Formats: sequence, structure tokens, C-alpha cells
Amino acid sequence: MYSYWKNNQLKIAPWIFLAPGILMFSVYVIFPIFQSINLSFYQWDGLGTKTYIGVDNYIELIDDEYFIVSLKNNVIWLVLYLLAVPAGLFAALFLNQTVRGIRIYKSIFFFPFVISQVVVGLVFSWFYDPSNGLLNVILEFFGFDSIAILAEEDYVTYGIIAAGLWPQTAYCMILYLTGLNSVDPEQIEAGRIDNARGWRMLWYVILPQLKPATFIAVVVTIIGALRSFDLIDIMTGGGPWGSSRVLAYYMYEKAFSEYGFRMGYGAAIAVVLLIIMMIYIATILYRLYRDEKGG
Amino acid sequence: MFPTPIERTRPSTQLLYKIALPLSIIIWLLPLLAVALTSIRSGADINSGNYWGMPLGYYILNSFKITIPTVVGALVLSSLTGFALGVYRFKMNLFVFFMFVAGNFIPFQILMVPVRDLSLSLGLYNSVWGLVAFHIAFQTGFCTFFMRNFIRALPYELIESARVEGVSEFKIFWHIVVPLMRPAMAALSVLIFTFIWNDYFWAIVLTQGAEAMPVTAGLNSLNGQWVYNQHLVSAGSIIAALPPVLMFFLMQKHFIAGLTLGAVK
Amino acid sequence: MKKIFKNQIALALAGILAGTSAVAGTLVINGDTSDPAPKAAFQAVIDGFEAENPDVDVVYNLFDHEGYKAAIRNFLSADAPDIAFWYAGNRMAPFVEAGLFAPIDDVWADQGLYSLMASSAPGMTMDGKKWGIPYTYYNWGVYYRQDIFEDLGIAVPTNWDEFIAAGETLKANGITPITIGTKWLWTAGGVFDYLNLRTNGYDFHMALTSGDIAWTDDRVRATMANYQQLIDGGFFLENHAALSWQEALAPMANGEAAMYIMGNFAVAPLKELGLDDSTLGLFQFPEITPGIPMAEEAPTDTIHLTAGAKNVVDAKRFLAYAARPDVQTAWNKALGQLPTNAGAGVTDDKFLNQAFSMLNNDAPGGVAQFYDRDTKAEMASIGMEAFQEFMVKPERLEKILERLEKARQRLY
Repeated sequence: MYSYWKNNQLKIAPWIFLAPGILMFSVYVIFPIFQSINLSFYQWDGLGTKTYIGVDNYIELIDDEYFIVSLKNNVIWLVLYLLAVPAGLFAALFLNQTVRGIRIYKSIFFFPFVISQVVVGLVFSWFYDPSNGLLNVILEFFGFDSIAILAEEDYVTYGIIAAGLWPQTAYCMILYLTGLNSVDPEQIEAGRIDNARGWRMLWYVILPQLKPATFIAVVVTIIGALRSFDLIDIMTGGGPWGSSRVLAYYMYEKAFSEYGFRMGYGAAIAVVLLIIMMIYIATILYRLYRDEKGG
Repeated sequence: MFPTPIERTRPSTQLLYKIALPLSIIIWLLPLLAVALTSIRSGADINSGNYWGMPLGYYILNSFKITIPTVVGALVLSSLTGFALGVYRFKMNLFVFFMFVAGNFIPFQILMVPVRDLSLSLGLYNSVWGLVAFHIAFQTGFCTFFMRNFIRALPYELIESARVEGVSEFKIFWHIVVPLMRPAMAALSVLIFTFIWNDYFWAIVLTQGAEAMPVTAGLNSLNGQWVYNQHLVSAGSIIAALPPVLMFFLMQKHFIAGLTLGAVK
Repeated sequence: MKKIFKNQIALALAGILAGTSAVAGTLVINGDTSDPAPKAAFQAVIDGFEAENPDVDVVYNLFDHEGYKAAIRNFLSADAPDIAFWYAGNRMAPFVEAGLFAPIDDVWADQGLYSLMASSAPGMTMDGKKWGIPYTYYNWGVYYRQDIFEDLGIAVPTNWDEFIAAGETLKANGITPITIGTKWLWTAGGVFDYLNLRTNGYDFHMALTSGDIAWTDDRVRATMANYQQLIDGGFFLENHAALSWQEALAPMANGEAAMYIMGNFAVAPLKELGLDDSTLGLFQFPEITPGIPMAEEAPTDTIHLTAGAKNVVDAKRFLAYAARPDVQTAWNKALGQLPTNAGAGVTDDKFLNQAFSMLNNDAPGGVAQFYDRDTKAEMASIGMEAFQEFMVKPERLEKILERLEKARQRLY
């Protein structure tokens, strides 16, 4: 027995090390994914028994205008949330100096990322408050009419995304600040000799070297956009009349809210979101795979 | 260095930069000024009220009870998995690694119905431990990714020479690799602390009522009940934000090291 | 070693404690009385019950008011208490249908509740059985700034024309007639209910919320036309979709608005904001279609015996206790609400007295629970969202009604 262990130690040991992690991860993450997919073919109110209804939930989705609104908002989130990447880059360029006190400035710029989205949501709700919010105080000061951003179906999603961009820009900024640290100074000098300055330098010399930072920034931003939930729940509860819902929020509402408890329908929405996400996950994994094989 | 160091630019640019810096901070923190405004305004509106029913202290305590075990648990599990995936070459290595990475990237809302049912059947629903168990499991994905890449960057010769000496795999892990992983653990623990402290979604899915609810979800329920005491909610949100903010300022180096792993590869 | 010893003591102690409580008869109650006043009020009920029944040990699990609505679905099927708090009307239906509540007709009979609680009996009845004890209810109505009305010489409106005229006078004086915050939707449900009850009556309200009438029906359109008259006339507070009901209290308190179609629970915060019995008043929502009997909204809160109860005997003793006139008098005094038992007394409070008389004498049409308690949960959320949308975009009436009708056909 002992010698078997001795001879095969290198084969068995990794699985012993992996066992607890794989167990937990499978029970709480991997299996539930398949359970959700399975549940999407059932009708279940969380109380009685589950009834198999085939693809009925999906057929209902196609005809559900709230679902369409949520899907549309998810697309808006995806596109606009990515503004955090260039915004973070410019914030990083702005702060990548060595003047006195710059470290404190960097910390303060980064600070929104550290606080909870619940707090960010509350802060921005007060900021947008139609009667006393700072935004409207400023608008009125400049002679504009006040607007209740969170009560206007045309503005509400943008208002929430703006709140989300605040911490997300900070996140991207930190990624780029670190990236800028490791930009090769010789290449910059070489660029300077070739008379590349400003924008040209940024585009042709700096950005290519920041590619890993950009990749991570894009990935975390897309994930953040598709997971957006906290801000919507805190700031509007999906309103007004459901116009700020996204898929992640709608599925929660359908499954668990006071007026919901349609577990199967919620699961079907989850599957749609998963499919969208798979496009990105596949890209990430492909890149990782290439790096592993190449390096 | 890029952009050009400010001290090498024209004096006018330098002056402009010195003005722009504090100005940009003010604009950046403008929404926070709104909070100050709210506190003052509603403070004047309200002259009485029952503030002491607020279970804020309870919520904060719950947040610690959830966050700290999660950090410990996720670190333990992921140093094991990270070691296994970083050091050994075996057929399924990449597959297992990708499983962790992919799982970490999913929009976690899709897990909510099964995870809630699982917690119910394990009797962990509405308990601190129910949240801890889920958070550990989910964070293991990200932490494994992090640990594995960190271990890959360690000098492999150390392990090889230990093996030649006949040191068992467990001893290699415990006596050689774990001490070397300390910086990674520091970075991860700060990061996970922040993530878990700020979690709101799982708090509302897996808890209800004051006995297990962390401060993020608690704040929201306070906001519903006590909205005409808005300055109290804003005070509460400041308190809620404090631990991660302190953590960040005290351990900034580790925090940033954690976030940016992979960004500069 | 020492540690192990300590643990053993702890274990032994736990055993003893568990043993005694099992002998004493433990009664487990799950409830949602998380706000300070209801919490203290119910604690007093428990204390009173325990004093009269020293052999029963009540364990009360308190839940957050909002979280409770989701929680009850879990604990009723997973780990049922003996007694659970809930609401009357259609809200109760899913649990009765799923066999999670138990009927308590014997308690009703023993306590003579068929006559004493006649007014709330319909809301507790399904399949001809009684499924719980109503312990409190509260009125809705039009709360208004009495002082402003007096200053402007506005009499309390008793019909639609007077109501509209009152609003016009208020507007002419720069005051918003009606304050409302529809961010969390249900306030709009209250407005719709009153308009519908007055336009079409109680039976129509019940038929509509039960899904028996099309949302494209002309009678619904008549209600919506009255609604639209208020919207187009600028009767409602601006930006109401951005405000919660509490935030909408402020304009009323500082005199920017003069009326609030609300439940009795708005009185306490309004008084906290500086109003008193001389500045705040209540009137019954005025008549719209002449001849239709006035019906009111008065949501009822209830307690229920669960199907999974382990201590049915003591649970029924508790339910009987909670139904008693003297208990209901004290309980509702602490809540600042109305007792359901006709034998109970009402606290001497301007608004409660007025509401009690309104519900008992001036509501011949009947007492409705509330839009979101009378209708199916999923329909309720779609409906209230539609009312909010209509209040901001009345030009979408056609689309909104069609959407509601589509939902009705799917859900019923």
C-alpha cells in the first residue's frame, strides 16, 4: 500500500488537492447551471410539484414585451458600460505622473470601486432626486428645467448606467495604471526619435503594449454589465413601469419577488442570459488556451 | 514613461495640471457631495423619530460573520486547487482549470433558484453559514485562477529538488509552496473581503430578516422602512462602506496587486 | 481536556432545556411585525397569552416585513411554524390551494366569530371553510389638509363634480390637488381601485380582480376615463414615479399638496412631519356614478394555523385568544388600527373613529382588500405597473389595456 502511494504519488496527489475545491464548486456552481437549464422546461411556483411543459416558457418569452425591454436594456448596458474602458484609460493617463501627492489622488479616484453598489445606488438616487438632488440644483442654477431621471423611461437606464460607470471607470483606471507602469521606456524613446508624439504615440506605441490590460478591462466590464442587478434594484426596482429592467433583474423578479414565483420562467430567462454570456466566456477561454499552448 | 512627465513640460502646462488635479477630484466626487446635501436637508426636515429600532449594528456584525469565514475558506480551497493545477502536469489539468475560470465568469444570477433550494434542503437558508458556503464555492473559481497563475510563476526547481530529496508532496505544499504564496494570499484576502462585504444579490436571495442579513441588504430594507429618516440611511451607508474603504487604504498595495494580476502579463 | 468537559456541560444543558420546553408545549409563530409599533404590540399579545397559559412557551420568529413575503413560501413547506402571519383575500389562496394552511372553523364556531367578524368573514373563506383569524384592518380614504380647504373655502367634496371643482380651486391657488409617490407602484393601485369602485361598484371590482372581466371592457374604459380626467387636469404631483409613498408625504406636510389617497398608516408619519388633528382631515372618496353603493378598501391582516403545525392544540388556543374582543382592543390600540371583532372597542382617535364609522355605516357596497390582495399576484404586478405608466403616459391607454387583457387571458 505504502509503496503504491510512493510510486503513484504524482498522479494521485493533484486529485487529493483538488477534491475539496472541485466538490464545492460542482455542488454550488456547475450542477446548478444544469439544474437551471432543466428547470426552464418546467412550470413551478416554488410550492407545489413541478410540471414539465417543454419549451412553453421559451415560447412565452418571445411574446413577452417585458422580456424584450430587458433584453434591449442589456444591450444598452453592454455598449455603454464599455465606455468605462476608454474613460479609465484617460483617467490613468491623467494620473500617471510623479507630482507630489499623486498617490492620494490615485486612491481617491479609485475609491468608488471599493464601496458597495448598494451605497453607489443610494448615492446616485439622492444625486438624481428631482426636488433636492444636486444634479437638479445644478441644472436649475443654469436655468434648465429639473428632470426626474429615474422616473423617465427614456433616461432611466442611462442614469443607472452612469452610476455604474463611476466605480467601473475606477476599476479600469487601476488596470491601466499598472499597465502603464510596465510600458517599455526604450520603445517610448524610440517612438520619440521617430517623432511620434501625443495621439500617435498613444495609438502606435503605448496601446499595443497595454493590450493585456485592455483585455482584462473589457472582460470585467462585460461581465459587470451582464450581471448588473444591484443598482437597478436599489435605484428603481426596474421602474418606471419596468422600463429599466435587465435580464438579471427580470429573472429575479419572476422567480423570487413578491409578485413572482415562476421558477421555471425565471430559469428560462437565465438560460438566455447564459447563452449571451457563453460568447464571451468562449472568447476568454480561447485566449487562455492560446496563451497556455503558446507560452 | 508615458505620458510625458509633467515636470518636463512647459510651465503653463504644469500650472494647468496643478489646477486640473483638484478640480477633477471635485467633479469625480460630486455624487458624494449629494449625500452630504441629503443628510443636511432631511436632518432639518425631521425633528423627531424612532431611530433606535434600527438593527444596523446587527447587520454589520453579520457582514463580518459572513466575510471573514469566506475569506479563510476560499483561500484554503484555492491554495490547494491552485497548487494542484500549477505544479502537476496531468491530462485533465487544463480542463479543470477552464471549468473554474468559466464558472467564475457566468452571470451568477442564473444559479439563484437551485442554490436557494439547495440551501433550503441543507437547512442553511437564512443563515450566515448558508451564505458563507456559497461564497466560498463561487470565489474558489476566481481564487484558483489567481493562485494557479501565481504558483506557475514560482521557481519550479525548488519543488523538483525537494522531490529528488524524497520530500512528500504534502510536505512540499506545506513547507515550500505555502510560505511562498503569502503575497498572493494577502492580495486575495483583501480582494475577497471587499467582494463579499459588498455582495447584495446573494444576501437578498439567501437571507431574510435581521438575524443573517448583511449590511448591504440591511441598508436597503432600512431605506424602505425609514426613508423619511434619510439622513440615517446615509449615515448607515457611510458606516457600511467604511470597512472595505479602510481595508483598501491600509492594504492598497496588495489590493492593486490582486486586481491587476494578468493585466500586465 | 478542559474544553471537552465544557462542551459536555453545554450539551447536557442544552438537553435539559430542550427537555423542559418540550414538556411545556412550545408554540412557534412566524411573523412580519418588524416595524417598532407592530413589534411591541404583538409582543404584548404574546406576553398576555403566556400569562394566561403558563404551560405554553411561545417562540416568536420575527422576519423583516418585506422579506417575509418571500420567506413564508419557504418555511411553510420546509419547516412550518404552528402559526403564521399573512393577509386575507386572494393573497391567501396559493397557500390554501397548496394545502399549507389548515381550516379553523371550530375556532370560529367556539368564539362566535361568524357574527362577531361577519364583515371580514368573506375574506377568510375559501371552499366554504375559514382559514385564519383576522386581527386588524385599516381603512383607506382621502386624507386632506383641513386648514387649506378651510382657508380656500372648499367644502369636503361628496361627488365627482365637487371633487373636480375642489381640485381646480386648489390648482388656481398654486397647490397640487393630490400628492402620490408611485415608485413602488401599489399607491397607484389604490387610486385605481377607488375610481373603479365608485364608477362600477364592488361586485365589478371583485369580478375584475378575479379575472372574469376583460380589461378592454367599456366599464373599465369608463374608470380609466375618470382616471384620465385627473391626470390631464394635472391633479397629481409631478415626478410621482420617482417618489416612494413616504417621500410623497413631504409635499402634503408643507402645504404644496392638499390630498393623499392613502391608508391609515400615513397618519402617523404625517403627524411626525408636523400635521395635527386640526390641519389633517379624512373624507370618504366621493361618489362618481350616482346610485352605486359606496364600497371601501380595508386590507385585513391575519394569522393562520399551518398545515404542518406540530402543536395544533396550543395554536388553536392562541388563535382563539387573538380573536377575543379585549385582546383585539388592546392590540389595535397599540397598532393604531381597527379591530376586526365587532365586540372590540376602538381607540379614541379622530381618524380611527371616523374610519370605524365610515366602514360600518357608510360602506354598504362592501369592503375590498386592495388591488394587489384581491387579484392574482402576477396580474397585480402587471396591473399596478400599467397604472403607473398610464399616469405618466395617458395617451398609451389602448396599448396598456390590450397588454392587461393579454395577461389576464394567460393567467386566468
